[in-house]
Amino acid sequence: MATQTPNPPLPLRQNAGVDTPRQRNNDSVTPAQTPEPTPPPAGDLTLKAEAKNLHFHYGKYQALKGVSLPIYKNRITALIGPSGCGKSTFLRCFNRMHDLYPNSRYQGDIRLYPDDINLVGPGIDPIAVRMRISMVFQKPNPFPKSIYENVAFSLRLRGGASRSTIDAEVEKALRGAALWDECKDRLHEPANKLSGGQQQRLCIARSLASHPEIILFDEPTSALDPKATRRIEELATDLKSRMTIIIVTHNMQQAARMSDYTAFMYLGELVEFGPTPRVFQTPAKQLTDEYISGRFG
Amino acid sequence: MVRAPTANLRWRRTIDTLFAIAGAMLLFLAVGVLVGLITDLIRTGADRLSWDFLTSFPSRSPAKAGIKSALVGTCLVMLVTASTAIPLGVAAGMFLEEYARKNWITAIIEINIANLAGVPSIIWGLMALGILVYQFNFGRSILTAGLTLGLLVLPIVIVSTREAVRAIPQSIREASYACGATRLQTVRHHILPYSMGGIMTGSIIALSRAIGETAPLITIGALTFIAFLPPVPFTASQEGGSHGPFEWLNSEFTVLPIQMFNWVSRPDARFQVNAAAAGLVLLAITLTMNGVAIFLRYRLRKRIQW
Repeated sequence: MATQTPNPPLPLRQNAGVDTPRQRNNDSVTPAQTPEPTPPPAGDLTLKAEAKNLHFHYGKYQALKGVSLPIYKNRITALIGPSGCGKSTFLRCFNRMHDLYPNSRYQGDIRLYPDDINLVGPGIDPIAVRMRISMVFQKPNPFPKSIYENVAFSLRLRGGASRSTIDAEVEKALRGAALWDECKDRLHEPANKLSGGQQQRLCIARSLASHPEIILFDEPTSALDPKATRRIEELATDLKSRMTIIIVTHNMQQAARMSDYTAFMYLGELVEFGPTPRVFQTPAKQLTDEYISGRFG
Repeated sequence: MVRAPTANLRWRRTIDTLFAIAGAMLLFLAVGVLVGLITDLIRTGADRLSWDFLTSFPSRSPAKAGIKSALVGTCLVMLVTASTAIPLGVAAGMFLEEYARKNWITAIIEINIANLAGVPSIIWGLMALGILVYQFNFGRSILTAGLTLGLLVLPIVIVSTREAVRAIPQSIREASYACGATRLQTVRHHILPYSMGGIMTGSIIALSRAIGETAPLITIGALTFIAFLPPVPFTASQEGGSHGPFEWLNSEFTVLPIQMFNWVSRPDARFQVNAAAAGLVLLAITLTMNGVAIFLRYRLRKRIQW
């Protein structure tokens, strides 16, 4: 099903020069005066999440220094920047992965809408956050179990699902990750037997199974060959009609190809944010210009 | 002045060759002694091995004596040891790796576990005599012996559990937590199954160490001459009624190494032959256990890849 869906071409070069207001004073869910940067899917530009003056510390080291950034619903937001700029750190704040390690400290807000809760606030259970915001990692990391069990895991965690429900959800998630046709006859074979690109799509299926509102991609194609990379990019573009996507990438062509918005980070700070075509064609900051033209990083 | 590069090359080469020869000779010496000892054991004891030998109680007459009670005792003591040391050790290892914060308290605990592994077994025997026998009144029973050996090998189980758990890549944990799993769910669905190979290998190695221990069991007062078996649960007892399911735990016992020790210390040379035969049985059990451990490690390593 999803395998056959043609990838809608992204009109990257339209609306160049249109910016999105970066500073927002109130918590209103719909941004006021932002023109639509990328028409499909047409409709209102809705705020799904918003970082507000987010600081993050690993022990004494401050990795994020007051990042403020809107994340729009049903859009792909790319985080780019040189190694160590804090883009992965920022991404991992969204599903509280830092909580797994000692001495990590958040300060500031990541508001999640429409609930208007602070994802990194002290009263929020990280597990509740992770059930709504899932993640795909840099290196495909399927569990050494069967394909079926990999996807069923996030359903089994909650308990209460019948066998037939899990079967149906596993199929749905695998279809959503464009993997169903390739593995429907070998669901109970070990996931490790799949190719690297298939494993990564399995990881996407695993994160789809919990019906996330936001899906986080942490350099999902850096371990894959160009063909598998292309499939993952197409898949992410397909998925954005159903959810919001944030992707960290080292590959600027990838950011330009697939994202609607791009944020350029440097040394723990957000340098520039805007619609992808605008950022790539007429960067407002010199640092951004130097990075995307390959002069450093 | 710098010498020519080949000035002493011949000498350096000679030293190199001499070292290789010396190393090989020492290796053959060590293995040779081991092979010699085992060969001697086989030549002495092999003829005495028979079904009767395995199924007879000890006796005053060397030709009639067997290892029935020692064999049963060894099995039962190992059962108690395994069912205490493995759950405790695995739980402790899991806790230290997956739950405990890394701070000075866990550092002290880690150092102590490493030290416990090096405590002489006789010390464990004294501890068991003082605490289990006199304080808790467990008597010179299978229970006392099993718990003593369980404590003795607990550090081995903990250390091997931790090593097996540490071999699991962090990316697997992150994947599980990113799905919204709790720590217990991560341990139960992932960490425990994936480290099972290492845990089982370590546990078997631990048991094969425990099976040969003699000193702590002599300390707690294991008997050397036993002509009865522990009560079988739910069978009729002599006092009327039936034996309880755990009554065998309180029974007196002997084990293979103690039986051997007893026979070796007798003047009659024919008992020495019995000791050698019992030694062969013990050796066979230990080698089988180690073989199973190697097999499991190989199998599970092949099955689980990252």
